[in-house]
Amino acid sequence: MTSAPIEKQNIGNGKSNKRKYMLESLSSKLFLFCALLSVLSLLLIVGFVFYRGSHPFIAGGYSFFDFIFGVDWVPSEDKFGIFPMIVASIYATIGALIIGVPIGLFTAIFLSEIAPKRVRKIISPAVQLLAGIPSVLYGVFGLAIIVPFLQNYLGLVKGQSLLAVILVLAIMMLPTIVTVAETAIRAVPKTYREGSLALGASEIGTIFKVVVPAAKSGIMAAIVLGLGRAIGETMAVILVAGNSLITPTSLTDSVRPLTTNIALEMGYAAGVHQEMLFATGIVLFSFILILNFVLAKISARGAN
Amino acid sequence: MKFIKNATKALLVISLAVVLTACGNDAEGDTKSSKENLATIAISGSTSVGPLAEKLAFKYEENNDVKIEINQIGSSAGITNAINGVSEIGMSSRDLKQEEIDSGLNETVIAYDGIVVVTHPTNKVKDLTLEQVKKIFTGEVTNWNELGGEDLEIVVVSREDGSGSRDAFQEIVDFSSGELVRSAIIASGNGNIKTTVATNKHAVGFISFEYIDDSISTIDINGVEATAENVLQQKYKLSRPFLFVNNEENLTDAGQQFIDFILSPDGQAVVSETGAIPVQ
Repeated sequence: MTSAPIEKQNIGNGKSNKRKYMLESLSSKLFLFCALLSVLSLLLIVGFVFYRGSHPFIAGGYSFFDFIFGVDWVPSEDKFGIFPMIVASIYATIGALIIGVPIGLFTAIFLSEIAPKRVRKIISPAVQLLAGIPSVLYGVFGLAIIVPFLQNYLGLVKGQSLLAVILVLAIMMLPTIVTVAETAIRAVPKTYREGSLALGASEIGTIFKVVVPAAKSGIMAAIVLGLGRAIGETMAVILVAGNSLITPTSLTDSVRPLTTNIALEMGYAAGVHQEMLFATGIVLFSFILILNFVLAKISARGAN
Repeated sequence: MKFIKNATKALLVISLAVVLTACGNDAEGDTKSSKENLATIAISGSTSVGPLAEKLAFKYEENNDVKIEINQIGSSAGITNAINGVSEIGMSSRDLKQEEIDSGLNETVIAYDGIVVVTHPTNKVKDLTLEQVKKIFTGEVTNWNELGGEDLEIVVVSREDGSGSRDAFQEIVDFSSGELVRSAIIASGNGNIKTTVATNKHAVGFISFEYIDDSISTIDINGVEATAENVLQQKYKLSRPFLFVNNEENLTDAGQQFIDFILSPDGQAVVSETGAIPVQ
């Protein structure tokens, strides 16, 4: 008689355990599904872009070499060469780095090492807010302020130029560089600074000889991330670049980077023209892939 | 647990729906029209005529039991579809070629489109010949003083390759995309060209009539001002017809009625609303 309720209880326990395990396995499956979803999207996007983009070279008899090194892009006459755009993309990115990295790095150092708390409380959110501005607004700003400024005060014939692109991109990459570099610098152990100061080094000397070298891999990561942002930016660039099809030889030339070529022409493109725009996407994607590879190397070295 | 089960179900349903809609856009349209048992007019062709045709179709469908399907696939493809009978009506933003006329196509001019060459308001050049326009856009003339203006370098602004307006402009002025001066600024859209020209005293570009305003100065072609009247009298050269073309055998009553509606005062009112030039 007494065993019956115990049995019942046992059964009840078993049931709830079963329930628990099922819940566990179900939720872990749900999470796996979510995780797979992003991998799936990546595969779909990459697969689709490569499938469409490689088609003219595999089936259409176009030469990939001519595509990369050709200087003529006249889709209506069946000429597809993106060399000027590759050069434009690289120049614009390097130029933005030259301006953006020092400013970003000094801002990060100031925020993490020098700035009093009250100042930091104003500047830090401001920098983060800069990251949240939609890129098309950077473009509008560039078109309304930077382009006329270049025209009126530097006497350029047209303000839409490599220089305008570089200036806009430099501003856009700032938040990325500042936030990542600041975190890296903050992560340097306090003992390094104390040791250096105790040996009689000045504060600035400590920062540049001890703290920055210690945070080197983090700072490099910041720069690579900023670079990725710059090379992939489209909307802001399309408005200030001028989109001319020339290989830039000076800062005042209008340029067409890879991204704007795709965005500009996709709306009207059909057939081979469209596939060539996907092929442009492959080249762009390769750049991003290389950057990610470099980034992975850097962080691996940092971990060691 | 119930929640999670439901959530999984919901996710499945959503992903299924996404897949289905992605695959079946056309199928959906078909079933809809057959369900409601409406007469369907299939129209395809020019991306320049397309927006106007959409507006006309919208207006027409309000009062008539028809379904009008419009595909914007470019003038040439639309004309081919009309010849083959794939579409009942083709849209074209260029005149028909001789072989296209020979294959038994009827054409109806539903509107005209005018293109105007524009410069910065301070530019003193007000009149050009088509030949001069060509020289500007192909880079043969590079300074405004060669055209009677100030000593300023010319900055050419054009549309992207594949744009209907650019095609029409190049066809009328008679140069190819490859001949366009390489340093030309490429702007995406009429509005963008206008802004670029309005803020640069070196610049010259081309836009549709509907975008003309005080921020830019318009150029007369061969001494003829860019007005709707001059287009209708075929004096102004930089213009093109918007055509509906159809194979005689394929035109249904519904199609004929739609064309009649477009040519009626109501239809032509829609034409002028969208900025194109009415036929009457």
